[in-house]
Amino acid sequence: MRILVRNAKIIQGDRTETGVDLLIRDGLIVSMGRGIIENEADTIIDATGLYALPGLVDAHCHLRDPGFEYKEDIETGTMSAAKGGFTSIACMPNTNPPVDNAAVVRYIVEKASQKGVVNVYPIGAITKGLQGSELSEMGTLKEAGIVAVSDDGKPVMNGDVMKKAMIYAGQFGLPVISHCEDVNIADGGSMNEGFVSTLLGLRGIPSAAEAVMVAREIILSEYTGVPVHIAHVSTKTSVELIRHAKRRGVRVSAETCPHYFTLTEKSCLGYDTNAKMNPPLRSEEDRDAVIEGLKDGTIEIIATDHAPHHDDEKNVEFEKAANGIVGFETALALGYTYLVEQGHLTLPELIRKMTVNPARMLRIDKGTLECGKAADLILVDFDNEYAIDVSNFASKSRNSPFNGFRVKGRVKTTIVNGRIVWSESM
Amino acid sequence: MTHCIREKRKLLSSKTVQTVQESLFPSPGFRNIIIVFKIVSRSAYYFFYAKTLINRKGGRRMRLSSKDLLGLADMGSDEITLILDTAKDMKKIVTSSMKRVNYLQGKSVVTLFYENSTRTRVSFELAAKYMGAHAVNVSVSTSSVAKGETLIDTGKTLEAMGTDIIIIRHSQSGAPHFLAKNVKSSVINAGDGMHEHPTQALLDMMTMREVFGTLEGLKVAIIGDISHSRVARSNIIGLTKMGAQVNLYAPATLMPPFIEKTGARICPTIEDAVAGCDVIMGLRLQLERQKNALFPSTCEYSKFFGLNPENIKGAGKNVLFMHPGPVNRGVEMTSSIIDADNSYINKQVTNGVAVRMAILYLLTGRETV
Repeated sequence: MRILVRNAKIIQGDRTETGVDLLIRDGLIVSMGRGIIENEADTIIDATGLYALPGLVDAHCHLRDPGFEYKEDIETGTMSAAKGGFTSIACMPNTNPPVDNAAVVRYIVEKASQKGVVNVYPIGAITKGLQGSELSEMGTLKEAGIVAVSDDGKPVMNGDVMKKAMIYAGQFGLPVISHCEDVNIADGGSMNEGFVSTLLGLRGIPSAAEAVMVAREIILSEYTGVPVHIAHVSTKTSVELIRHAKRRGVRVSAETCPHYFTLTEKSCLGYDTNAKMNPPLRSEEDRDAVIEGLKDGTIEIIATDHAPHHDDEKNVEFEKAANGIVGFETALALGYTYLVEQGHLTLPELIRKMTVNPARMLRIDKGTLECGKAADLILVDFDNEYAIDVSNFASKSRNSPFNGFRVKGRVKTTIVNGRIVWSESM
Repeated sequence: MTHCIREKRKLLSSKTVQTVQESLFPSPGFRNIIIVFKIVSRSAYYFFYAKTLINRKGGRRMRLSSKDLLGLADMGSDEITLILDTAKDMKKIVTSSMKRVNYLQGKSVVTLFYENSTRTRVSFELAAKYMGAHAVNVSVSTSSVAKGETLIDTGKTLEAMGTDIIIIRHSQSGAPHFLAKNVKSSVINAGDGMHEHPTQALLDMMTMREVFGTLEGLKVAIIGDISHSRVARSNIIGLTKMGAQVNLYAPATLMPPFIEKTGARICPTIEDAVAGCDVIMGLRLQLERQKNALFPSTCEYSKFFGLNPENIKGAGKNVLFMHPGPVNRGVEMTSSIIDADNSYINKQVTNGVAVRMAILYLLTGRETV
């Protein structure tokens, strides 16, 4: 199978090059440059006006498979990822059963290779059953195919368990991804603590619930010497703590999600359950600090935290509603519209935060557009504005607070390992 | 407000009445006799109850702008005034010996209470019945809710039975809003979680207005567990909208964040909060808050945050004591205050029925009765 992409724009370092052709053969990018002559291409794609970018890498998503296939499964989840421009995704272990044993890892890897359309990298549990007490069999899980460990969705509340988990994971070269939330301080809250929670009479989650644990992870990482990755950073204090730690040379990395640099707690007004997530949407001050963190490199990764839920779990009373939103299909456009167009990041900076940086954190060889590497790439139109329409999602679920938002950045074609897995005309 | 009997005649000769009578009595002579009889009997009825023809402008019944009454945060001061004015007239019905008007004739009202309640539920039920509605009470423990039926399904079931108004109390903030979004029936919030209890605040405001004539410029102190109190939230929002000054005092652990953005004032001491006040409102302390480390003991609570004759000395001479009930005697208020002459804790309850009648009346006002 040979694909020739003609006349694309590509990003080289901080520059944009135009009029570039890319030739893909046997799943690899074999040549890139101007005026490639290829008479035997099976498919020629005219990419005039489009960017050819490395396929996006998501360090944080939930595919819900096994156990919650009514929300999403590996087939629809990876199709949703492909539609959003993601070619490599790392899925969190809070499935049922959770990814705390090799059988579940093998199930995911196997199903992804049969039904999935993008590269799927399972993340294993830090503790058995995500219970926060006994370490999971990280070595065995790694053999089966995990790339990192996390108890995402639940914090490891016991600091001693986390310390030991870091030391043990470090030995196997597994990154530790921490969902930072002190559940005692969060105290059963369902949105950010602030004036909006006061008005709505909803119990609030103080930003301190996150920051306290960010501080703990930084201190433990420094103590153990093992790198730690902070998932979905949402508060100003967390950003400041991470910035300070990085300056001191602590091996901490951080990610945020599009909703934390676009929305605030005000989206919860009217008890809109599509604005309910964990960590919750925060104040404007927090949102601005997250943007500042993205700008100065404190936060080097943008992840989706793709968290599909069935309508029956969202169309309920606010406090009963499930946490999370569909993320794959809006992430790139939101990043472009709210960060690049607003002048906070350049396009190359944005793309790095969604490709090489997460790949480096996960220690996978992805996220670049180079000759000789796997042909994981996307063609994107950044010029035409459109309205996000949840009814067009490839995901099984529709829970997104961005329905109707006008954005720029539409993925036209997604190629994984040299195969076109999604294109707008499909 | 036009108390005009002629307006009522117009209603009787309305098209619906005529069509029905044409089909029943084909002879025009006979029909006229019936019509005259009806007019005479109805006129007599309205003559005796003329005082209760409420809030009609140009013969049309006034109404609230929205389908539902979910909270005072969504309402303007004009709508609050309309409810309070209407309630004043309704009170005449409540206190009369013939508690019956037909404003809600043919309407069905369901009270759907997911939390225990005596006064709110009974007063809604009486309010609906005094106005001639079919009032049904759903007891959650014996309904399908106990079998795990979701709120949306319960709501849709009630809607399908032709319920005009659903009155809901729920432990979760926003449950009435969620229900209102999903059913065509009007929804009245009878208290949701820690959010609002609009009818309680309206009856409190009605009581204050009766005593002081106006809410504008009134000084009201609200003391106690403000954080968990939907009564406090609705009162703070409603009273500040009506131009009253609201002072707050609570243990700092029970003060909701940024509440001062509503316009209320957080006071440093209880004495400061009540100084020069016209109204002092105590709030119920839920004893299980102690387990959540929000206050150490009821003994310490009453010592520092309870109202007693000593710490309220600086209040206005004719200060009015209020409490949404039920009261923990000796915790949030001493008995000497609860039973004082200027305590309106029981007198408030009468106004509860009047306010709820007014709301039912104004919500159904979309069609003429």
